[in-house]
Amino acid sequence: MAYSDKVIDHYSNPRNVGSFSKDTPGVGTGLVGAPECGDVMKLQIKVNVETGVIEDAKFKTFGCGSAIASSSLATEWLKGRTVDDAAKIKNTDIVNELKLPPVKIHCSVLAEDAIKAALEDYKEKWTKSEAPAGQSAS
Amino acid sequence: MTLKLPIFMDSQSTTPVDPRVLEAMLPYFTEKFGHPASRNHPFGWEAEAAVDKAREQVAKLIGARDPKEVVFTSGGTESINLALKGAAEMYREKGNHIVTTAIDQRATMDVCKRLERQGIEINYVPVGRDGLVSVEEIAKAMTPKTILISVMFANNEIGTIQPVAEIGKLAKEKGVLFHTDAIQAAGKIPVDVEAMGIDLLSATAHLMYGPKGVGALYVRRKNPRVRISPMIDGGGHERGMRSGTVPVPLAVGFGKAAEICREGMAEEGKRLAALRDRLQNLILSKVDEAYLNGHPEKRLPHNLNISFAYVEGESVLMGLNKEVALSSGSACTSATLEPSYVISALGVDSELAHSSIRFGLHRFSTEEEIDFVGRRTVEVVHRLREMSPLYEMAKEGVDLKSLHWKAE
Repeated sequence: MAYSDKVIDHYSNPRNVGSFSKDTPGVGTGLVGAPECGDVMKLQIKVNVETGVIEDAKFKTFGCGSAIASSSLATEWLKGRTVDDAAKIKNTDIVNELKLPPVKIHCSVLAEDAIKAALEDYKEKWTKSEAPAGQSAS
Repeated sequence: MTLKLPIFMDSQSTTPVDPRVLEAMLPYFTEKFGHPASRNHPFGWEAEAAVDKAREQVAKLIGARDPKEVVFTSGGTESINLALKGAAEMYREKGNHIVTTAIDQRATMDVCKRLERQGIEINYVPVGRDGLVSVEEIAKAMTPKTILISVMFANNEIGTIQPVAEIGKLAKEKGVLFHTDAIQAAGKIPVDVEAMGIDLLSATAHLMYGPKGVGALYVRRKNPRVRISPMIDGGGHERGMRSGTVPVPLAVGFGKAAEICREGMAEEGKRLAALRDRLQNLILSKVDEAYLNGHPEKRLPHNLNISFAYVEGESVLMGLNKEVALSSGSACTSATLEPSYVISALGVDSELAHSSIRFGLHRFSTEEEIDFVGRRTVEVVHRLREMSPLYEMAKEGVDLKSLHWKAE
């Protein structure tokens, strides 16, 4: 199978590889996929809780080149968006940008799931009034 | 000497034609173009003599008593089809049960699936963690209706060599036929249909430095006389078992390839095993949680299969594919999106099936290539682990199995 130039670029020079501490204020973490399926994505966003803008994003992915590229691209797109805007990223946008072939569409679906999971986690942890003790949202 | 890239290390998929093989083939494309079944003129005689010689060379490689027992086909897949379907049809009145293993190659699996739809019962005997099938398990799987045991000689992914002689003995005791898929083994390790009690054997030229498009099915003529129904009807070539004009240049190439393999086998096997061990040590000494798949000793000298925990196989190949040609059991490299059923059948975690990489050495592999491939593989695996959430979690002490994964 031939890879698109963009997949190769993201695979060779992945953007935003890494992790935030889950307890850092404004950090939302999404962990999706399963090892036995051959794909696991961890995607994290760091949101400015005052403005709702995603200031930083990081990922780590166990998976094929297209899975790595999909999550790398997702972190690029997430940075600078508001939380509400981020929820609008669709897997089809990723498919189009990376020119993923049909057998790799599940990689983009997983990336969308990871974005959603990270946003949910953020909202759960940092936008509810009863934030857990010791994890101030300020 | 500068290293020529990309390096081919996928020799369980195919091998390059040996220049000596090509040289033997060439005249049969041009001036010696006759039809081997043309019995009445020198063009035919010349072609027939060439095919007979090739038949003899192949027969000698596998220890067949009589060259007539070698039936030329289009390749390994056809040979397996002919052996299984041909025997199932021929011996239908005797029984309708076949025993094979869980790790036999795709062609055997697909033929068996079709035969099942036609009312044949198949037992897929499981293998141990090392890929070995137990002869007792085969015996247990047999029924009074069993007509055939089909077990691959050596596995195409992990290289594990099965106890073929013992299985042959069992088959004789029970009075059933024994077919072995020797596509990976023939030409690489000693194969002897007489000593090992083999009744039917599949082989192909392109895995032993011969051309693509030609293979053979050995069909025993004595003790017992094996009969199979043909799959292709026509001019009655190949003793009626496989009609169609024998591709003379390809058969000649197959014969020459078999001869070269037989003559150099001991030395070549030793050299490749040493290189393979060097590669294995290079990788395993530098990468933690990398696991050898298959039996550590009973394996093909030119095969190495390793699973790298926490990284996915296709992503490893992608990091190497500009420089090294390898193969993986990862789902992402297969058309079916399932991970390797061979690695899965070993009982390892399915995550490791996604992480398996196969290194296939060959006649023209050099030490320099081995060192390069070893070094680059280690680099790529380390780079991918740095971006693997599983590796990170494992290092933090998280028990990955205890987590409830949200699968798609």
